[in-house]
Amino acid sequence: MSALLNVAGVGKQFGGFIALEGIDLTVAQGERVGLIGPNGSGKSTLVNCICGTLHNEKGTVHFNGQTVDGLAAHERTHRGIARSFQLPRPFVTMSVADNLRVPLLYTVHTRSGRHLTVEEADARCHELADLVGLGDKCNKSPKDLTQIEMRKLELARAMATDPKLLIADESMAGLSDSEVGEIVNMLIKLNESGITIIMIEHIMRAVMSFSQRLVVLDSGKKIADGKPDEVIRNPEVERAYLGQ
Amino acid sequence: MRSPAFFLVSFAVGLVVFVLARMLDNDYLFFAGYTVLQYIVLATGWNILGGYTGYVNFGSAAFFALGAYSTVVLHKAFPMPIPVLMLVGGIVSGLVGFGMGYLTLRLRGAFFSIATLALAVVLQTLIVNWDFVGGSRGAYIIRPHHLEIFDYEIGYIQYLFFTMMVLAVLSLTVARMVERSRLGYGFATIRDDEVAAEACGVPTLKLKLIATTLCGALMGMAGAPFPYYIGYLQPSSAFGLEYAVNAIAMPMIGGATSWVGPLIGAVLLGTLQQVATVTISSAVNLLIVGLLLTGFVIIAPNGILGLFHKYFRGKTDFVGRRRIDRIGP
Repeated sequence: MSALLNVAGVGKQFGGFIALEGIDLTVAQGERVGLIGPNGSGKSTLVNCICGTLHNEKGTVHFNGQTVDGLAAHERTHRGIARSFQLPRPFVTMSVADNLRVPLLYTVHTRSGRHLTVEEADARCHELADLVGLGDKCNKSPKDLTQIEMRKLELARAMATDPKLLIADESMAGLSDSEVGEIVNMLIKLNESGITIIMIEHIMRAVMSFSQRLVVLDSGKKIADGKPDEVIRNPEVERAYLGQ
Repeated sequence: MRSPAFFLVSFAVGLVVFVLARMLDNDYLFFAGYTVLQYIVLATGWNILGGYTGYVNFGSAAFFALGAYSTVVLHKAFPMPIPVLMLVGGIVSGLVGFGMGYLTLRLRGAFFSIATLALAVVLQTLIVNWDFVGGSRGAYIIRPHHLEIFDYEIGYIQYLFFTMMVLAVLSLTVARMVERSRLGYGFATIRDDEVAAEACGVPTLKLKLIATTLCGALMGMAGAPFPYYIGYLQPSSAFGLEYAVNAIAMPMIGGATSWVGPLIGAVLLGTLQQVATVTISSAVNLLIVGLLLTGFVIIAPNGILGLFHKYFRGKTDFVGRRRIDRIGP
């Protein structure tokens, strides 16, 4: 397996606060990686550095064999990095279907080299909505959706960019047990279709059933990386979560 | 309706208005109508940036004045017909719009608005100190009495009215085209959430530059014939507060999410101001705008269009069902 994402020595500072320091992370094509860590450990900052929302001061990020350093977020999306946001950020003045149409108009057609026709984009919107179970809500406003539906929309919109790598940033926080199961199954199905996935999550049941590999961050440093069962028995990880 | 068809239909409507006004044979009608048409262009220009992308521009008067002063410069150096002047004014203001966008669009919300306000002040100071265009004394432009087209005599104000009518139709067509294209979707995502827009692959900075350029260009074009209309142009009238305020108030009152909003707002408010000028006094104009704007912000934040959707389509929330005609390059 070749590396799809290669993060080397990434560091990020906010004023005097060191959010990330010397992070190395390699994700292989087709892998399912779980990324965990206590609150404020730098998980979301790392995601932002990979996706281009923030720019890392130190280190490099390679994606698909090429460096993406200095590229704006939308250019990285065009290369095939998609993300969902921790707090859903739908386009509130647009219907659910139109939310899904945005990446189709701006990303999918750019990469395939040909414009999708209006009908093709329309069909794909409904296909995506059906996939996450929002098929009958296509004409609704995102404001009318429930919390889980909002998270599904968030995932569907990320999938609409036709990504190689999907980063799901806490897409299950606040959901019930059965809802968590539903989303985990959806992500596993996506992974089986060939998309590499990094999942950031606090819900351990979801992380353990999803991840093939587990990476742990604490205070901006990577403290563990390996098989999930071994990582959670790692004394350093226990210390990070439970204190001494 | 495709854009060329839309242009032709609205042009026909404009032509009917023009012919009707000519039949009444009252020059005042053309003077008043010109102002309303000019506000349609200004409001439409503002709305492309303010309504579609959500960036509130307080510097409309500066772009308008730039268009007007381009005409003054050209009038002194090399007189040209009005449509060419409009083009030049549009290019000058469009370029300044692009520059302003490049310098300020990393600013968001209120900070962007303050920067546009500052731009207006800086430009006014420059003009006041530029002797060639009259400085603070102002510049006189003698309007020809009439224009002869193929041995056919037409009053100059009618000619100005006609060109402004064409410009208004053109700007509405552009706004409508933008709204229903891929560009319009991109603009709306910027208004809703820029970070999410980037994550969806929308090149937000580029789109914002397109919006500021279009906005500036339309406003400059609206200002270009102004010296011929007013006859005597001074900085305080070209940079007048009423342009900045009206350019914001008209789309807000009409409804800022669609090209129809600025049209409704400009016709309604523009006409009301003309009536007030004649019946009460010209000083009461801004008071009317202020009161209406306050009223609308409280009662109908989405303008007249929002009210329409609420009462006739039973929508409590204004989520426009976007239409897309064409996915262009």
